[in-house]
Amino acid sequence: MSLAAEVGLQLGRLRLDVSLAAGGAEVVALLGPNGAGKTTFLRALAGLVPLDAGRVELDGVTFEDPVRRVFVPTERRPIGVVFQDYLLFPHLSVLDNVAFGLRSRGTGRKTADGRARDWLERLDLAAYATARPDSLSGGQRQRVALARALATDPRLLLLDEPLAALDASTRAEVRRDLKRHLASFEGIRLLVTHDPLEAIALADRLVVLESGTVTQSGTPAEVTARPRSQYVADLVGVNLFRGAAAGGVLSLAGGGLLAVADAAAGDVFAVVHPRAVAVHRQRPEGSPRNVWRGRAEGVELAGDRARVRVSGEISLVAEVTPAAVAELALAAGGEVWISVKATEVAVYPA
Amino acid sequence: MTRPRRERVPAALGLLAGLGAAFFILPLAGLLARAPWGDALTALSAPETLEALRLSLVASLTATAVSLLLGVPLAWVYARVEFPGRNLLRALTTLPMVLPPVVGGIALLLAFGRRGLLGMLLERGFGITLPFTTAGVVMAETFVSMPFLVLTVEAGLRSLDSRYEEAARTLGAGRWTVLGRVTLPLIAPSLFAGAVLSWARALGEFGATITFAGNFPGRTQTMPLAVYLLLESRPEASFILSLVLLAVSLAVLVGLRDRWLGSP
Repeated sequence: MSLAAEVGLQLGRLRLDVSLAAGGAEVVALLGPNGAGKTTFLRALAGLVPLDAGRVELDGVTFEDPVRRVFVPTERRPIGVVFQDYLLFPHLSVLDNVAFGLRSRGTGRKTADGRARDWLERLDLAAYATARPDSLSGGQRQRVALARALATDPRLLLLDEPLAALDASTRAEVRRDLKRHLASFEGIRLLVTHDPLEAIALADRLVVLESGTVTQSGTPAEVTARPRSQYVADLVGVNLFRGAAAGGVLSLAGGGLLAVADAAAGDVFAVVHPRAVAVHRQRPEGSPRNVWRGRAEGVELAGDRARVRVSGEISLVAEVTPAAVAELALAAGGEVWISVKATEVAVYPA
Repeated sequence: MTRPRRERVPAALGLLAGLGAAFFILPLAGLLARAPWGDALTALSAPETLEALRLSLVASLTATAVSLLLGVPLAWVYARVEFPGRNLLRALTTLPMVLPPVVGGIALLLAFGRRGLLGMLLERGFGITLPFTTAGVVMAETFVSMPFLVLTVEAGLRSLDSRYEEAARTLGAGRWTVLGRVTLPLIAPSLFAGAVLSWARALGEFGATITFAGNFPGRTQTMPLAVYLLLESRPEASFILSLVLLAVSLAVLVGLRDRWLGSP
C-alpha cells in the first residue's frame, strides 16, 4: 500500500511543486495556510487537475506521468474524495448518494443498495436512508460524504478540509468520530486542512505546505518541536529565528546576536518560547548573556497569560502574567529590557 | 416615526400605467366577450378544427422533441466548451428569436426548398421534399422555437456548480453517467422551463410555417393558420380557436410563474 506523488503544476499564480509519499499505516495531513495549494494538490491526485510535470503512482500503478503520456482519468482511479462542502447530490436520497459510486462502477442496484445500507449502518445513518441531504445536519452530511467515498472500497481516501463546513459546537464530536472511522479504513488516508488542531488530532504525520512547496514534514510532535517556517512557528506560538551559529553565538539573519548553549555550527534555526523571555523596566541585574532594549508594541491576552510584542534589535513575543503587564505598565508601551537565558534557546540545523 | 406606508402613486404615472395595463387587458376582454360560447362545442368539434388542433399538437411536440435532442447538446457546448467564434455562433443560433418569422421561412426555403442549397441535394439524392409537408411545419417551428430552449438550458448549465460533476467522477462515473445522473437532473428546472417555452413558441408559430410549409389543411395547416383563415369565412370559430390558444398560453405562464412571474 503506497502512494508516491510528485506533483508539478502551474495554476494561475500558484506554482505547485510537491513530492509526497504515503503508506497505509498512517494518516497524513497536509497542513498549510489558505492559498498554499493544498486543495489543488488533492485535485491533482484525483486527476481533476492535470500535472505539468511529475508522476502519481499508487501501489506501483502509474496514474499520471506527463512525460510518458500516461493519464488515468478520474473515474478510473480507485479513490474516494470527501469534498470540503461535501457536494452531496441534492437530487438523490442519502442511500442513492452512498450507492452512487457502486452503481457507477457497474454494480447492480440490489447489491449496491445493500452495501450502501451497510455503510449507513456503520456510520449511524440507517435512519436517514430515504432523506434528502439538505434535511441533514452538518455532522450527518459529513458522515454521508464519508460513507459515499468509502463505499467503493477506494485504496486512496482524500479528505479536503473535512471539518471546515461544521460549526464549532459540533466540530469536536465529528472530529472524534472521523478519527475512529479513519482508523478503521485500510487504504491510504490523506487529508488537507488549514487548522493545526485538526491536523494534530487526526493525523500521524504532518506535511506543511506553503506557497506550493513543502516546508516541513514529520510527526506532529516533531513538527511542533522544531518549526522550520514562520507559519509553523506562529501556529505553535514560538519565536523562530534563523542564522549562522559559531562558537556559541548565533548571528541572526535579521540582525542581532544571540548567545546559545549549544555547540551547533552553520545555518541553523533557533526557537525561543515566549515564556522564556523575561521583560524588565530596568536593565536586569546579574549576568544573563542575552540582554537588549526593546519597545513594547502591543499586548494580547491568551488565556491566563499575556503576550507582549516587543520590537528591538531582536523582535520577539514575550509571554508574561497579566499581573506583570500591570506592574510593568506594558499596555502603555514604551521602553523595556529583554533578557533570554542562553539555555532557553533551542537550536537545530536548518 | 418612520412607519412603513404605501407608496403614493403620482396621478400621471398611475394614468399611464393604467393605460398600459388596459392595452393588454382590453383585447383579452374583447375576445372573451365576443366569443360565441354557445357555438363553442360545434366550432371545436368541426373536422377541420380538430384536424388543425391535432396537427398543431403533433408538430409542436415533435419540434420540442427535436429542440431537446439538438438544443441540449448545443447549450452544453456553449456553456462548457471555449472555442473561437462561440459568441458569433451563439448569436446566429439565437437570431430566430428576433428575426421576423416570415424572413425565417424564406431563409428555410432558400436552404431546404426544392431549389435550395440543401433541398436540391435532398430531392435529387434521396427523393426527400421538405417544404409544404408536415415535416416542413416541424422544421419551421423548430427553427423559431429552439433558441428559447438553448438559451434557457445554457443559463441552467452555467449556474450549475460543476464540482458536483467532479464529485461524480471521483465516484467512478463516466461522461454519460455524469450527464444522465448528475448534470441533467440538476438542471431539470431549466430543461423543463426551456422545453415549455419552446413548445409554446412552436404552438403559436405562424409566419415561418406559412412561408415554408404553406397552408394545406390536414398537412400543414396548424391552429394559428386556421385561426387566421377562419377569420374570413367563419369568424366565430376563429374566436373560439383563439381562446383555445389563449388558454394554452395562460397555462404555460401560470405553470412557469415561479420562474418568470416571481412569487410575491
